[in-house]
Amino acid sequence: MQPLEPGRAVLEAQGIVKTFGQHKALDAVDFDLRAGEVHALLGENGAGKSTLIKILTGAYQPDGGVLRLEGAPVTFRGPLQAQDRGIGTVYQEVNLLPNRSVAENLFLGRQPTRFGLIRRKEIEAQAAQVLAAYGLDIDVRAELSDYSVAVQQIVAIARAVELSGKVLVLDEPTASLDRNEVERLFDVVRGLKARGLGIIFITHFLDQVFELADRVTILRNGRKIATQDLAGLSTTDVVRMMLGKDVAFDHHPSGLGESVRGAPRVTFTGLGRKGGVAPFSLSMHEGEVVGVAGLLGSGRTEMARLMFGIDTADGGTVVVDGAPATIRNPAQAVAAGFGFCPEDRKIDGIFGDLSVRENIIIALQAKLGWFKALNRDEQIELAGRYAEALDIRAADHDMPVKLLSGGNQQKVILGRWLAIDPTFLILDEPTRGIDVGAHAEIVRTINRLREEGMALFVISSELDEVVAYSNRVVVMRDREMVAELTGENVAPDAIVQAIAGTLPAATPIAKETQP
Amino acid sequence: MTRPTAELRPSSSPPAAPARPVLAFLARPQFLALGVVLLVNWLLFPGFFDITWKDGRLFGSLIDVLNRGAPVAILAIGMTAVIATKGVDLSVGAVMAIAGATAAVMVTSGQPAILAVAVALGVGLLCGLWNGLLVTALEIQPIIATLVLMVAGRGLAQLITEGTIVTFTDPLLIFIGTGSALGLPTPVLLALGLMVLTTLIVRRSALGLLIEAVGVNRSAARFAGISAGVLLVLVYTFAGFCAALSGLIVAGDIRGADANNAGLWLELDAILAVVIGGTSLMGGRFSIPMSVVGAMIIQAMNTGILISGFSPEFNLVVKSGVIILILVLQSPMSASLFQRRIRAVKSEGGQP
Amino acid sequence: MNRSLRPLLATTAIFLLAYLLAVLQFPGMVSTRVLGNFLTDNAFLGIAAVGMTFVILSGGIDLSVGAVIGFTTVLIAVLVMWLGLHPLAAFAVALIVAAGFGAAMGAAIHYLRVPSFIVTLAGMFLARGAASVLSPDSIGIKHDFYTAVSRSYILLPGGGRLTVIGLVMLAVFLFGIVLAHRTRFGSAVYALGGSETSAALMGVPVARTTILIYTLSSTLAGLAGVVFSLYTSAGYSLSALGVELDAIAAVVIGGTLLTGGYGFVAGTFIGVMLQGLVQTYIVFDGTLSSWWTKIVIGALLFMFILLQRLIFTAAPRRKAAPGQRKTLWTA
Repeated sequence: MQPLEPGRAVLEAQGIVKTFGQHKALDAVDFDLRAGEVHALLGENGAGKSTLIKILTGAYQPDGGVLRLEGAPVTFRGPLQAQDRGIGTVYQEVNLLPNRSVAENLFLGRQPTRFGLIRRKEIEAQAAQVLAAYGLDIDVRAELSDYSVAVQQIVAIARAVELSGKVLVLDEPTASLDRNEVERLFDVVRGLKARGLGIIFITHFLDQVFELADRVTILRNGRKIATQDLAGLSTTDVVRMMLGKDVAFDHHPSGLGESVRGAPRVTFTGLGRKGGVAPFSLSMHEGEVVGVAGLLGSGRTEMARLMFGIDTADGGTVVVDGAPATIRNPAQAVAAGFGFCPEDRKIDGIFGDLSVRENIIIALQAKLGWFKALNRDEQIELAGRYAEALDIRAADHDMPVKLLSGGNQQKVILGRWLAIDPTFLILDEPTRGIDVGAHAEIVRTINRLREEGMALFVISSELDEVVAYSNRVVVMRDREMVAELTGENVAPDAIVQAIAGTLPAATPIAKETQP
Repeated sequence: MTRPTAELRPSSSPPAAPARPVLAFLARPQFLALGVVLLVNWLLFPGFFDITWKDGRLFGSLIDVLNRGAPVAILAIGMTAVIATKGVDLSVGAVMAIAGATAAVMVTSGQPAILAVAVALGVGLLCGLWNGLLVTALEIQPIIATLVLMVAGRGLAQLITEGTIVTFTDPLLIFIGTGSALGLPTPVLLALGLMVLTTLIVRRSALGLLIEAVGVNRSAARFAGISAGVLLVLVYTFAGFCAALSGLIVAGDIRGADANNAGLWLELDAILAVVIGGTSLMGGRFSIPMSVVGAMIIQAMNTGILISGFSPEFNLVVKSGVIILILVLQSPMSASLFQRRIRAVKSEGGQP
Repeated sequence: MNRSLRPLLATTAIFLLAYLLAVLQFPGMVSTRVLGNFLTDNAFLGIAAVGMTFVILSGGIDLSVGAVIGFTTVLIAVLVMWLGLHPLAAFAVALIVAAGFGAAMGAAIHYLRVPSFIVTLAGMFLARGAASVLSPDSIGIKHDFYTAVSRSYILLPGGGRLTVIGLVMLAVFLFGIVLAHRTRFGSAVYALGGSETSAALMGVPVARTTILIYTLSSTLAGLAGVVFSLYTSAGYSLSALGVELDAIAAVVIGGTLLTGGYGFVAGTFIGVMLQGLVQTYIVFDGTLSSWWTKIVIGALLFMFILLQRLIFTAAPRRKAAPGQRKTLWTA
């Protein structure tokens, strides 16, 4: 590997545009990476960072814009070609082979052979030598899956650097590592930086960004918000840029926070799960929206999954309308009158091949059981009612739901839960990836449901949106509920500070949430 | 995200239902295929469509197709439910042999026939339950889970018959295999009855929708509060029941239980019937009547080959041809190849 | 310890234990004569099982091997008896036909993105059908070469005979072991079984490897057909019925994970021998009936599937990436 001149641009992207259907995932995004720097790429889900990374590493071709590698325009036909040209990638889910030896993972596809036979001894010796340079002294003959994720990540980095050697893309490499392992990984990255590699670092841990990166590029809704030296930035600045204001909403309705609370409908006490989210206690009242703020990976989705029984809690109790309830699976949650619009619509939400009508009535039908079938007329009536109430735009309700746009699919899932007349509704990023019009409608719907007396728990990355409908906001950080904001504090600035961990001590975490 | 969107303002009047649903139903390619096969049979054998009434029942090649196709049709009914959940049951052929052996041994040892039938069906249910538990409780992939019984099942059947072909003269079992009622052979009536009953049950209850939901998206089904486990056990158990019923018919037909050959390869015919009927191996939407039509297409081909004087094994070649045709037509590649060709024509000499 | 070794060790232990118990009961089973027959009688199964091992290691399945064996025996019989070809020439033709057949199936699996079980099911129908179209009846083969082969063997101390076909099987196992563990192709097979997405990202030629895997499986099934033809001196379209199931069972009992990625060709050898042991035991016993073989094999199959679940669920399982094929397997 020849040393690269530090400071020179090694990879540049100019005016990158990528659209999927009608959705513009990237809108004229510029990006540049210098040799010998760690450049953090930040943005919430749907901001466009994974699309940008896929374009930089050859997995996608841009619809517009230019890529330059060491000054010369390039087009990559695929990740393999990008890899050959010098751009190696390491993903969060280690994309190596857990079932093969460490040595083979390093050399797969380029094993030295003699008479067609692999020279295993040579590979093993070389592998040990390569890994020694990364501070790893391990048995390279052992299966990769015998080692911790941290070691696997370092092996993946070693493979990427050995194969490519100009640019290293680290896509959420630290998501499943503990503190010591992160340190170890960072040492390796710093070593590579010193060797002159350009390193793109994607993470949702802001402290790690400040610890490791030199510059940061922030994306939001497919646009570049800024590229800046991290030296002059504070955590709060970064959070604000990531979560900033895109859609104008009505201001926090005055008195929303102080409005008289209705009776508690659902109370969770001491609910938690090891490795998921630290035990929390929270009570949702009639006609109340509890907003959840926190960055991706802060434990907000895990919290919702525990409430709905998708993950089973290690301990804690649930009380619904004054009576204790057992919720160990979603079916029990539905029986208790809970509804959940999941974050990943396509995987956990919609039944693509089923009709709009069936998608709307499915939860109610599951609740009613096998033999109390809704007949066709009832189905049509229900689907019609919720399609109208939520303004679901479909040519007819017998068409497969997969043909609808994201916003309409989201409304279908919302309709599905409204159809069971829930006591308590959980919405995980209900407005992600949908167009502005549908976005505003969903926010309006949330406000309406609150007024009708429902208890809601809404997770969102968009602060202005959270502020627009929440009576209270709980803030998550590092898989823990760190603050509960009420009244005056339900405001973007206070939330940003709570997320960044610079909240004044005057607003401590509200441990006592029971009435 | 890349999906095309089809959004329209709801029109003031609801969209008109297809003018003639029956006609639309009959215009499906499966009926066309069945028609073509029957027509070819008629060309080969002009008396093919002749049906006569003799001794209180109908006779004729067409009735014969129905009669011979009934065991696979019954298997296909159970298999449809399994495949709709994104599974597959490879053990039904072996279960047929077990059920036939059970009934035959029981009647020859002097048990009442009605008990023998009940026990045989019960054994089928148990086999299905076993498969269902492997798939749900142990989370073994369906093809692997059902392979166990496919391998061991015939041994079990031979264990029951002690390696011989157990022949019997019990009138009830023979009636199930070769009798007739209402002018139709019993197997045809059983298949028709099971088809109608099952279709009614799955469509009048919520079972059909819930099965489809689990097959389309198991994860979303969980989020929607559907308990997939119980449903899966149910469909595998039902497939076992269908296999047992089919096994009784086959045994009654030859008046004996042949543990080695009863139902041999019929699991594959059943899968083929389901696929021809339009239920995707990837799960989801299913139609039990269409699977029965699929079974009839297979049998009509069998009959055609027989009457045209080819060896019955020639069937296998034709069947493989049908599978290949369906695979090519259904594959995502044929669609993209087609599109690519259009694009290639449009952008002549353009960069790939 | 290497996790994938555990099922193999279990198989070996079970085999040794079973053999020991059998020998204690029937001391005659310890002779080289019995061992020689072991190899000869299971030669065709063993050869087919080597091919099946590669298919299963890659995460697929091949239901066509029994049919390919049957087809090959008929083709050889037709070529030798009706067309007067020398058996060696007939063998070559048969192997080439089998290889082409496997390549076509592999291409269909890869390019049509269809689960392997359905493609090889079509292949099974086609091969059986084609065999019976060639000749529905059994054709006896009378040729000096056949007589010569059946008379040549290596005499083992103790009176046992290591026949030509037994030797062929041993050679195929050796070839399979080297191919699996010492070549790039072998690495690619394991890589596909581990994760097709990762393998593709790491530069494994997925299309070529898939096609080669099924070519190998069919070619070895063809070779098994040659051996079967030598063993029975006949060609019959319905011969080797259900051998695919025995082969799958041998592979799984031999410690290869049915979902791919882990396993050893050598384990398959023990799997085949264990099946042979069950059969031999039943012959020695005399009172037990042949169907116990299937039941015992089924029970062993179940045991090993269960064992694999216990060993491999503890391991971090990777999420299947979207767009991966074989979705049918992961319902």
